[in-house]
Amino acid sequence: MEKSKIDTNSNSLAALLAGNEAAVLERWRSSLVSDNGSRRSGIREADLNRQSGEFLAAFRAAIERDAAGNIQGSAWDQTRGILSDISREQASQGATASEVATFIFTLKEALFGLVQIEFADDPQRVAQEVWNVSRILDRLGLLTTDIALKNREETILRQQNEMLELSTPVVKLWGGILALPLIGTLDSERTQVVMESLLDEIVRTEAAIAIIDITGVPTVDTLVAQHLLKTVAAARLMGAECIISGIRPQIASTIVHLGVDLGGVSTKATLADAFAMALLRSGLGVCRIEAPRKSSSGQ
Amino acid sequence: MGEFLLVTVQVDMHDRLAMALQDDLTERIVANHARGVLIDISALDVVDSFIGRMLGNIASMSRVLDAETVVVGMRPAVAITLVELGLALPGIRTALSVERGMQMLRSGISGHQRSVFETGPDDRQS
Repeated sequence: MEKSKIDTNSNSLAALLAGNEAAVLERWRSSLVSDNGSRRSGIREADLNRQSGEFLAAFRAAIERDAAGNIQGSAWDQTRGILSDISREQASQGATASEVATFIFTLKEALFGLVQIEFADDPQRVAQEVWNVSRILDRLGLLTTDIALKNREETILRQQNEMLELSTPVVKLWGGILALPLIGTLDSERTQVVMESLLDEIVRTEAAIAIIDITGVPTVDTLVAQHLLKTVAAARLMGAECIISGIRPQIASTIVHLGVDLGGVSTKATLADAFAMALLRSGLGVCRIEAPRKSSSGQ
Repeated sequence: MGEFLLVTVQVDMHDRLAMALQDDLTERIVANHARGVLIDISALDVVDSFIGRMLGNIASMSRVLDAETVVVGMRPAVAITLVELGLALPGIRTALSVERGMQMLRSGISGHQRSVFETGPDDRQS
């Protein structure tokens, strides 16, 4: 049966695999297990056995349909799916990207051995098949690296979003007075989030005054100032007045040196000053309550 | 409402509608001897640069006719859009709700540059 397939060059590998899947799997598993000892992250043998079985079955099925090894093609969909599952699983157990790739590359040894035995009388053929196997497996190995990178990027993006939400709280200081303590650098994306949450909060609490505290903003350049002014303008359009507070001396000098015009926006050095101003504008004030007799006598 | 005109924008403003509003409003200001105009745009959720400019124009025209304009009830999304378009409407006075806007007009606002907070303490003193 294999003799007849050998002529149809393209499918010889698939036929070989079909006949010797168990042997290949055995050999792959043994080299995986011996390799596993040298890994930093120990993946359980049972997991490795299951993953190698799954992958080899999918690999065989795919190569039967597309021997050219165009791994982006539809014939390889299932293989890619399984590979990304394996890659994710191993990564979650602490495997590095190269370790996951090595998982695939180890299969080469088993397949090369098989090819060598099968075509022992035809060195040219051996070279050709080895090249073919090597090419496909290299691509699959690289694919695992891509998957690992993509996973990491997803993680970073998710954390970035979480950070965005964490870092833009709008707090109510008093009836009609909101505070927005900004921490970290203001880029345009963050400004957007800050602006939206501030405006929503203004509508919700019917606030008339919003204090933007920039104590936690490390530097204020022209861009950051522009973003601040935008926020102030948007709040004004909603009918709320803004006070910018927490301007440190260095920032004040930077603003002046850069020639940034903070326009008609009221600014205060500290949040306390801004709050006092906000209270005054709302017609409120803070006063000392009559001290109880006991403590006043003690003073 | 007495010496104040109340305009409620209920539908999305087309350019022509905005023009018509501008014409009507100036005529009514003169006819009613209005001293204040309150424009409620809480139902408006789409604005473009033209409408933004129109609001500015209406405010300027009313001022020429000695009537103050207060725009009330702007939605957050609309405010962000206008700011992103570079139309911060510096000449227009704004308030969060119709009630606050009326309060603003009643408190006898003078000088369009002054904000309600700057006039606040003065009012209490008088």
